[in-house]
Amino acid sequence: MKYNTFLIKYAEIGTKGRNRYKFEDVLCQQIKNHVARLGEFSVRREYGRIFLYAESDYDYEDLIKELQKVFGIVGICPIVIEETVEFEAIRDKVISYVQEVYGDKAVTFKVNARRTNKAFPMSSMEMNSELGHFVLEACPNMKVDVHKPDVMLNVEVRSQVYIYSHVIKGAGGLPVGTNGKAMLLLSGGIDSPVAGYMISKRGVELEAVYFNAPPYTSERAKQKVVDLARIVSGYSGKIRLHIVNFTDIQLAIYEKCPHEELTIIMRRYMMKIAEEIAKKNDCLALITGESIGQVASQTMHSLACTNEVCTMPVFRPCIGMDKQEIVDISEMIDTYETSILPYEDCCTIFVAKHPVTKPILEIIKRSEEKLADVIDDLMQQALDTVEVVEAKVEDLQA
Amino acid sequence: MTQEVYFDNAATTKIIPEVREIMLETMDVEYGNPSSMHLKGVGAEKYIRYAKNAISKQLKCEPKEIIFTSGGTEANNLALLGVVEANKRSGNHIITTGIEHASVYNPILHLEELGFRVTFLRVDSEGKVDLEHLREELCDETILVSTMAVNNEIGTVEPIEEIATIIQAYNKGHDKNILYHVDAIQAFGKQIIYPKRIGIDVMSISGHKIHGPKGSGALFVDNKVKIKPILFGGGQEKGIRSGTENTAAIAGLGKATEVMYDRLEENVQQLQLVKQTLIEKATALDGVTDNSGEAPHIASLSFRGVRSEVLLHALEDKGIYVSAGSACSSNHPAVSGVLKAIDLDKELLESTLRFSFCEYNTVEEAEYTVKVLGELLPVLRKFTRK
Repeated sequence: MKYNTFLIKYAEIGTKGRNRYKFEDVLCQQIKNHVARLGEFSVRREYGRIFLYAESDYDYEDLIKELQKVFGIVGICPIVIEETVEFEAIRDKVISYVQEVYGDKAVTFKVNARRTNKAFPMSSMEMNSELGHFVLEACPNMKVDVHKPDVMLNVEVRSQVYIYSHVIKGAGGLPVGTNGKAMLLLSGGIDSPVAGYMISKRGVELEAVYFNAPPYTSERAKQKVVDLARIVSGYSGKIRLHIVNFTDIQLAIYEKCPHEELTIIMRRYMMKIAEEIAKKNDCLALITGESIGQVASQTMHSLACTNEVCTMPVFRPCIGMDKQEIVDISEMIDTYETSILPYEDCCTIFVAKHPVTKPILEIIKRSEEKLADVIDDLMQQALDTVEVVEAKVEDLQA
Repeated sequence: MTQEVYFDNAATTKIIPEVREIMLETMDVEYGNPSSMHLKGVGAEKYIRYAKNAISKQLKCEPKEIIFTSGGTEANNLALLGVVEANKRSGNHIITTGIEHASVYNPILHLEELGFRVTFLRVDSEGKVDLEHLREELCDETILVSTMAVNNEIGTVEPIEEIATIIQAYNKGHDKNILYHVDAIQAFGKQIIYPKRIGIDVMSISGHKIHGPKGSGALFVDNKVKIKPILFGGGQEKGIRSGTENTAAIAGLGKATEVMYDRLEENVQQLQLVKQTLIEKATALDGVTDNSGEAPHIASLSFRGVRSEVLLHALEDKGIYVSAGSACSSNHPAVSGVLKAIDLDKELLESTLRFSFCEYNTVEEAEYTVKVLGELLPVLRKFTRK
C-alpha cells in the first residue's frame, strides 16, 4: 500500500498549557528539517493534530526511520483519507483499505470509530457495528475481537475521514528547541554520545566540546569524535563541535602535579574550559557521560571533586546506569560501532596505573597551585585556538 | 607551509605520469573488454599483451607465465591456496617463516585449519631465514615452501637463491617436487630476480609499491607448476584467474615495471644514498638504533623511551609521513611479529618506526627528518607513560 499521508501523534506536548502552540510549531519545524532530504513534504496542523503529506515520490522505509528520530513524536500512523463524509463512501474506502493491507488473512479486528464532526448522522457505536459488519462480509477469514484485536481499525470522522490501523512507535520526548541549549563533553567513548542523545530527547539543543591532544592522539581519533557528533546530530539536529587543543595543559599537569592525581586534575580543567565555551555560546548546562563508579575518575568522591569547578548545572543522564544499559542505548542510536574504534584518547595517554579514587578536594587544590604561574595563559591559549566543526548527519555519507 | 616528506613508500607510492597516461588510454580510448571478439576488444587486449611482455622481459620468463591479479594479496592467496589445492596429493606439509606478510601468513593459517601441517622457520637477529632449520624440516610430506624476498618491516633481503638450491637438492635426492613460492612484493622493481634461473616456481608481485596503481598485481607461475584457481568464472587468464581483465591496472603495472627497470641502477643508488644519510645521521642522535636490512628502500629505527605512535604523529605534524614498526595503542596491544622474531629489545618493540623511500626522495629530505627528530625526541622523552 502506498501512503501519502501520515498522522503524527505526540503526547507530552499536549499537556503544556498555553505553551502548547509553541511546542507544536517547533515539532512541525523539526519534522520538516528531518524529512527535507527525503523528498517534497508538507506539514500541516489541523485541529490539534499534525499531518505530514508527501508531495513527491519517497521511500517509505527511509521516511519512517527518519520520523522515528524526531523527538516529540510518540506515534506515526500511515493513513488513507476519504474526502466525502458519507457512510457509503466511508464504507467502500474502509473495505478497500482492509483488503489491500490485510488481504483476507485470518486476523482479528475491531473497528474504532470516532467522530468530532457531530454533523455526521451516525454515532460512533453505530459506525463500529455497521463497518464491522461490512468488513466481515468482504473478508470472511477475519474475525471480530473487541478485547484483544490483532488489528485496531481506526476511522476518524472529521471534515474528512481518516482511516488507519498501524501506529508505529516514535522516539518520544520533546521536540528539540523547546528547552534551550547545553554543552556536551564528547570523548569518543560509549557513554558521552548516549548522554547527549538522552538530554537532547528532552528538547535540548546540543553543542559539544572535544579535547584533542596531538601528537599523543591522532587525526583519526578526532575524526571519530566528529563522526559521533554527526550520528547524534541525526536526532538532535546539527551540533557545533568545539575542538580544544589540550596537549600543553596536560603536559603541564604531568610535569608539575602528582601522577596519580593527573586524571582528576585534568578533568577539572576540562570542565572549566567546557563551561567557558558553554557560556560564550549561550548554553545553560553541561552534559557528561559519567556513571557512578565506572572508573576511578567517576567515583562519588571524584565526581564531587570535578563538579566543584562548575557553576553551571552538570547533567549526567547515565549516572545511575550500568555499562550494559548504556551500551544498549548506544547500539540503538547507532553510535556503538564508532565508539569502540580503537584510537587512543586524551584521557588514556598518561593515565596512572593507580589513580586516586577518593580524591580530597583540599589536596587536589594544593596540587593545582603548582600550576599557578602557567595555567591562566595555557587556558587562555586553549580557548583562543578552539577549532569549530559543524557536525551534520548528512556529512556522514560524504 | 611545512615541507612534505613522504617516507612511507613501502606502504604505497604515488603514480608516475607515464603510468597515469597509459591508464587513461585504457579508460578513454581502449575501454573494450579484452575478451570481446570485435576491434574494441582487440584494442584492449593489446594492453594486456604489452604488460605481460613488459613483466616477463624483466623476469626472463614467458609472457604466458604471468597471471594478473587484483594485487599482492590476491597473488599470494592464489599462490598458496591454488598450488596447495593442485598438489595436495603429494603431501600435507607446508614450510614458511615467522616473518611473513599477513597475506601469506593468514592463508597459511587457513590451510593449517584445513588440516595441513605447517612449519614456521626461525630467522636470525637480522631477520634472515635459518637455512639449517629449512634443511631439517624438508620431508617426504612437504609440498610447498613460501618465503618473502624482502621483509616489508625491516628490509631484510632473504637468501632466496640458497633456499631454492636447498629445495632443488632435496627434490633431486628424494625424487620429490617440492615447490617454492616467493613473495617478491617488496623486492620487485628494486632488484633483478630471474625466478626460472633461481628455481622459484611461483612468485608474487604488486603494482602500487612501484608507482603503479593500487589493485594491480601478478603471479608468475612456472609452466610446469600445477595450480588451481581460487576464483571461478569466465575463464580468463587461462582459467586461473577469472573476471574481466582490469585493463587500466594491468597496463599501469606493465608500464611501472618497464620504467622501474629502465632506471633500476640509478634508482637504487638514490635510494641507498637517502637511506644511508638517514641512518647515519639519525643513529648519531641519543638513543636511536638501527634495525635495517640491506634492502635499499627500507630503514627501521628504534627510538628508546618514545612510543612509536606518538613519534609518528609528531613527525606527521612536521609534514613527515612514516609508519609504525608495530600497530600499538592501548586498545590494540598487537606488537609486530617481525620485531619480536628478530629478538628486538622488549623496550624497543613499541618504539620503532619504518622509513621507506622511493627514488624521488632526496638527501635533503633525510637531513630535514633527522633535524626534526633531533628536536622532537628530547621533548617526547620528557613525557612518557609512567
